Amino acid sequence: MMKLLAALVALAALAFVPAFAGPYPLGLGIGILGYGVLATAWAMFSGPTRYISLATVAFFGLGAYTVAVLADVLPYPLVLLVAALVGLVVALIVGLATLRLAGIYFVIFTFGLTELVRQLVTYYEVNVTRTLGRYVFLPIGPEHIYWQLLALLAATLAIAFWVSRSRIGLALRVIGDDPDVASHLGVRITRTKLTLFSISCVIMTLAGAIQAPRWTYIEPSIVFNPTTSFLVVIMALLGGPNRLFGPLLGAIPLFLLFEWLSANFPNHYSIILGLLFIAIVFVLPNGVLAAGDSLWSRLTRKAVRP
Amino acid sequence: MTTLRRRTVLQGMGVSALATALAGLPVLAQDRTAIRIGYAVPKTGANAAGAGISTIPNYLLWVDDVNKAGGLELSKLGVTLPLEVVEYDDRSTTEELVRAIERLATQDNVDFILPSWGTGPNLASGPTFDRFGYPQLAATAVTDMAPDLVQRWKHSFWMLGGGHDYANALVALLVKQREAGAINNKVAIASVADGFGIDLSKAATPAFTEAGFELVYDKTYPLGTSDFAPIINEVSGLGVDTFVAFSYPPDTFALTQQAVVANFSPKVFYLGVGTAFPIYPNVAGPNHDGVMGVGGIDPDSEALAAYFERHTALNGQAPDSWASAITYASLEILQQAIERVGDLDREAVANEISTGEFDTVIGKVKLVDNQLRALWTVGQWQGGKFVGLAHTERDGARDPVVPKPAWVPAA
Repeated sequence: MMKLLAALVALAALAFVPAFAGPYPLGLGIGILGYGVLATAWAMFSGPTRYISLATVAFFGLGAYTVAVLADVLPYPLVLLVAALVGLVVALIVGLATLRLAGIYFVIFTFGLTELVRQLVTYYEVNVTRTLGRYVFLPIGPEHIYWQLLALLAATLAIAFWVSRSRIGLALRVIGDDPDVASHLGVRITRTKLTLFSISCVIMTLAGAIQAPRWTYIEPSIVFNPTTSFLVVIMALLGGPNRLFGPLLGAIPLFLLFEWLSANFPNHYSIILGLLFIAIVFVLPNGVLAAGDSLWSRLTRKAVRP
Repeated sequence: MTTLRRRTVLQGMGVSALATALAGLPVLAQDRTAIRIGYAVPKTGANAAGAGISTIPNYLLWVDDVNKAGGLELSKLGVTLPLEVVEYDDRSTTEELVRAIERLATQDNVDFILPSWGTGPNLASGPTFDRFGYPQLAATAVTDMAPDLVQRWKHSFWMLGGGHDYANALVALLVKQREAGAINNKVAIASVADGFGIDLSKAATPAFTEAGFELVYDKTYPLGTSDFAPIINEVSGLGVDTFVAFSYPPDTFALTQQAVVANFSPKVFYLGVGTAFPIYPNVAGPNHDGVMGVGGIDPDSEALAAYFERHTALNGQAPDSWASAITYASLEILQQAIERVGDLDREAVANEISTGEFDTVIGKVKLVDNQLRALWTVGQWQGGKFVGLAHTERDGARDPVVPKPAWVPAA
């Protein structure tokens, strides 16, 4: 109960940030919230199942494109609803077709999916509408985007919390540990995976839809940028994908670090970034939170948590 | 030998932390020592190649030119100040670009912001430039939306025309060649399925049809295509005298090589972005001669020749013959507008850019409705220069060479 209260207080406090933050801090806030939502949504499915998905930006881009296509036709809340539906439908189709894949095959498929979606959108735009770029002129300022992302993050964390406590979350962890055991235990593997995959994908789609008005101009190479998928994975891994606040705590420092690096080392950014990724995988394979825990228990001479 | 004590180290850290904090403070107007110019450009990612040819070298050259001349004179403030640069990498992503501009405007408090490279990034950063009241000199954006955009963002300036300008000029040029009996009525168009290719083919297809040309081939190919043998083989059997590709740099190079290999040598061979690059003659060898493309320069302009020399001396590479000179001219316009206004009032500078006449490497320039309408639209490699054949306001610098010389077979 206390925890819930604290969370609500924190949420309310964050909602007042646009009132006194300048445009640049607000931009940082939008970036952090955006990646926080994506990393948390990614970890919701990929954390317990250990299915590394590189399809994040496919759904993110679909959301942005839905807004670009429908912004002039429908009122904004309806556009968001349609975006969520589009994300859900694609997630179900993709999930049914691929969640029987495992390991490296799933990784490759999801990476290919991003390219597939991007090429399909391009094909449609080139051959049907004969325009590639689309304009989003919506009267939505940075502070509105910030509030929407904050609400989405709160909802995502709530869902992630519920999943971790529920039967479906437990089932997912069993699948991640050993799919054979899970099936012998009577876990409906495909249905469980599909449910979580869909929830996670819908959230990603909404994240893209909400951020679209910030860019004015949208084309496939802008919204289907594969780097986003990689960044989300590395953020979630840094924080620890199996903890509620892990992905968020990975997204915040990494995002600020990228910002600092690109401001101070614009010419060496990629090199430093590459070294950093290697370091994260080698030094902190289970994430910062897990490393912090094991350090704490070593300091207090307690047994390391299993 | 001294050993470092902890206290010494901590003191040192404290001092350097203080220094870092102080360096971040905004410079007060009365004791400013430089005019702060900020830009976020793609140093990495998909747009890095284009920015590395048309945008970044010209920003470097302009800052170097101004500072070598002692700086910019601000008569109302009674000082002449050098330029100081704050640069960021936008990593070819829109989100980074938007945030970098917010940062330049509100954290670094730069006096002027130079735009990123390309049509998409310039459109995407339009609202941000507008929100903070910075003039936006979009020198590398090709958009037919420009007349609407200048209504929406009053301080935006569009300097590279729209797809219709280039497509219509090409068609007009080919009509003349057809009337002179130099080419037949058949045209083949291959366009990259991306922004530039679609914009231009959308304008070109109806223009060709209205001019009575027969489009025997009009298709798109996916971005990133590397094998052009199927396209060239199909087109070479259609009896066209005119081959048009609205292509991107890698495709432009590959199409040339493939056409040479297949010995498909139409009388007019026109390619898209990349034809005007200084490396095109290296890629195509002797076969670059007579190839047409988008852009062009005035080969008789001394100012432009001097600009080419300075650019090559500073950057180790020549500028391209389309957007480079326009980019440099946009900076000269900014420079002259600042000096005429005499201080750093962005509103007044934007107003001067909008209404004044400027002396630049591309000649005398006066913007029309915040757009640069004096543009070279079709160019051709002649005698080692990519000369302008068609211009929106004046006659061509040279007459087109049609038919172009036959390919020299690859060794």
